[in-house]
Amino acid sequence: MELLSGADMLIRSLQDEGIEYIYGYPGGAALHIYDALFRQDKVKHILVRHEQAAVHMADGYARATGLPGTVLVTSGPGATNTITGIATAFMDSIPMVVLCGQVASTLIGEDAFQETDMIGVSRPVVKHNLSVRHPEEIPEIVRKAYYIASTGRPGPVVIDIPKDMTTPNERYEYIFPKKVKLRSYNPAIRGHAGQIKKAVDMLMAAKRPIIYAGGGVILGKATDQLTELVRMLGYPITNTLMGIGCYPASDKQHIGWLGMHGTYESNMAMHHSDLILCVGARFDDRVTNATEKFCPGARIVHIDIDPASISKTIDADVPIVGPVDAVLKEMLTLVRESKEKPDADAIAAWWKQIEEWRAFHGMRYETSPDVIKPQEVVEALWRLTNGEAFVTSDVGQHQMFAAQYYKFDKPNRWINSGGLGTMGFGLPAAMGVKLSFPDDEVLCITGEGSIQMNIQELSTCNQYNLPVKIINLNNQALGMVKQWQDMNYESRHSQSYMESLPDFVKLAEAYGHVGVRIDRKEDLVPKLKEVLAMKDKLVFVDINVDRFEHVYPMQVARGSMKDMWLSKTERV
Amino acid sequence: MRRIISVLLENEPGALSRVVGLFSQRNYNIETLTVAPTEDETLSRLTVTTTGSDKVIEQITKQLNKLIEVVKLVDLTEGAHIERELMLVKLKATGSQRAEIKRTVDIFRGQIVDVTSSVYTVQLAGNSEKLDGFIQAVGTSGVLEVVRSGVSGIARGEKVLSL
Repeated sequence: MELLSGADMLIRSLQDEGIEYIYGYPGGAALHIYDALFRQDKVKHILVRHEQAAVHMADGYARATGLPGTVLVTSGPGATNTITGIATAFMDSIPMVVLCGQVASTLIGEDAFQETDMIGVSRPVVKHNLSVRHPEEIPEIVRKAYYIASTGRPGPVVIDIPKDMTTPNERYEYIFPKKVKLRSYNPAIRGHAGQIKKAVDMLMAAKRPIIYAGGGVILGKATDQLTELVRMLGYPITNTLMGIGCYPASDKQHIGWLGMHGTYESNMAMHHSDLILCVGARFDDRVTNATEKFCPGARIVHIDIDPASISKTIDADVPIVGPVDAVLKEMLTLVRESKEKPDADAIAAWWKQIEEWRAFHGMRYETSPDVIKPQEVVEALWRLTNGEAFVTSDVGQHQMFAAQYYKFDKPNRWINSGGLGTMGFGLPAAMGVKLSFPDDEVLCITGEGSIQMNIQELSTCNQYNLPVKIINLNNQALGMVKQWQDMNYESRHSQSYMESLPDFVKLAEAYGHVGVRIDRKEDLVPKLKEVLAMKDKLVFVDINVDRFEHVYPMQVARGSMKDMWLSKTERV
Repeated sequence: MRRIISVLLENEPGALSRVVGLFSQRNYNIETLTVAPTEDETLSRLTVTTTGSDKVIEQITKQLNKLIEVVKLVDLTEGAHIERELMLVKLKATGSQRAEIKRTVDIFRGQIVDVTSSVYTVQLAGNSEKLDGFIQAVGTSGVLEVVRSGVSGIARGEKVLSL
């Protein structure tokens, strides 16, 4: 029989769970845990400079590896600082376990020093949260937390650990459960066979079909099945911002991503389709535009692990609840065995129409002889890294440019806060990726607004030698806010530009890194090459880009999917 | 449309707040809510009455089912069911009012459970409309205090909500 303190049980459970890295910040209520951490070397702790960054780091790790991330913080402000990160992970269904210290159970409710009701505060933004009421429960709670976080529709799970649950000299028997069973939690393991059959029949009969794939394909590790099905059918595929990489962007069947800033051809094809096969996406408002005008001629097959995502905003004709990989696998078998074949003439006519839309060229920008366009920076990076880098982003225009002009052929490489839209996400997420993929190129494409929301992490990068490349598309403004003000508020730029920006080169140097400024267009590619050649250095590249650029295409507010601005003057 | 959703919930601290939080977080209505442990002490039974379009109700049941502590649920209004609500009401009862109130209580098959020289406390069970009807019949001017339990419900016939 092995006797351990609660703190040792916690760390031991993490070891038994196979956790390699945890990201965190110590404080009073977590000190027993930090002491247990000190006395072992299997679980490595990364000390951030702000708890929010710890969560984004864990998030970046989870998105790149497909494994749950782990965070450790103290009670009160330590815990509340994680909330934005947890909400970010929640909106994008990222598996994660956040361990929070708490004041001793005897003090809870007394407004003790650094006390916050973390169970209550986190409740709306977690998949689940658990409170430790006896030290002996710790191994089972840890096991449960990882199980819940990483199965079904994944999401963040918080564990609240009162300090007296980790007291060093109170020891209990350590038993790490092999399996956990929850009578009230049984995610679907396969789709309904009848519904899948119906869906395949509809696919075969469709004349203008389109496959609309989302982040669920990446989370559900179903990119191979999806790619095979799409190729077998020969139908066009579009994906959401979160689904980028679920199907190779360079493939001819891929017509770009869709929605507010999606390609002209994908939004047109969606609007005019007669069948939409939605795989692991959720018809959110940044995709559908006005729901009452959404794709009037389309019947909808919707595959999702989460029944609540089906018919939430857009009614599905054929709902299929199940893991996307298993459902797609069954569909593949049925398509292969089907006596019916796709209507070759109709599909050829459909492709002809799509190619016409594609030739119309929605994704374009005007270059200028002297000003650097943000889009060309992204295109240059894509070429220079052979499209193989991990790219994290923050939120705003730079995020859209990065998603539009960096073509991802692989999943788990495009890492952004799609659902919550969290500025400050990019740098810590890139750090989480770099730590686990030290030999890969990791770019953080950001803006001067977003990067300042977690810039203190440059210090963490120094401590752990995380040579990410920060590409700051500096337009001296909160670009997306400014764009909306240009379009909807007669260019009244209320609080959207930044005076007194820091000297980012000196700032990077002050943190022990390399800073590079690019002002002139002719320097762009040569300097980026130099930057990428500095393999073992974090380089902060501050690029002076066009201050007046807008992101296009942009769907017209309250319109249908096909209503778009293609430039400042062209509306279709 | 008004619906009665009956939920078996893990009898654990915080489970109820998750249910209530879900309703406010997603902008759903709660008209009444009752909750108590069942004969199986690991489970609570919660009944919530709510209103919404079919689409909203479908989302409510799906979102409730997603809560880890929700073990099972049923929309009782989908089938034949019995619903009851308990009301305790204090009424001003002096002079000729006393006999009149007594008669009304009898008609509604209620009971006077406490008496003072000027006040009757009446207990009444039934569906919500019946309780509303009683208040109307005695007139709101005589009502000193009302406490209602919220709706509890159960399916008719052999259908049961259990593990």
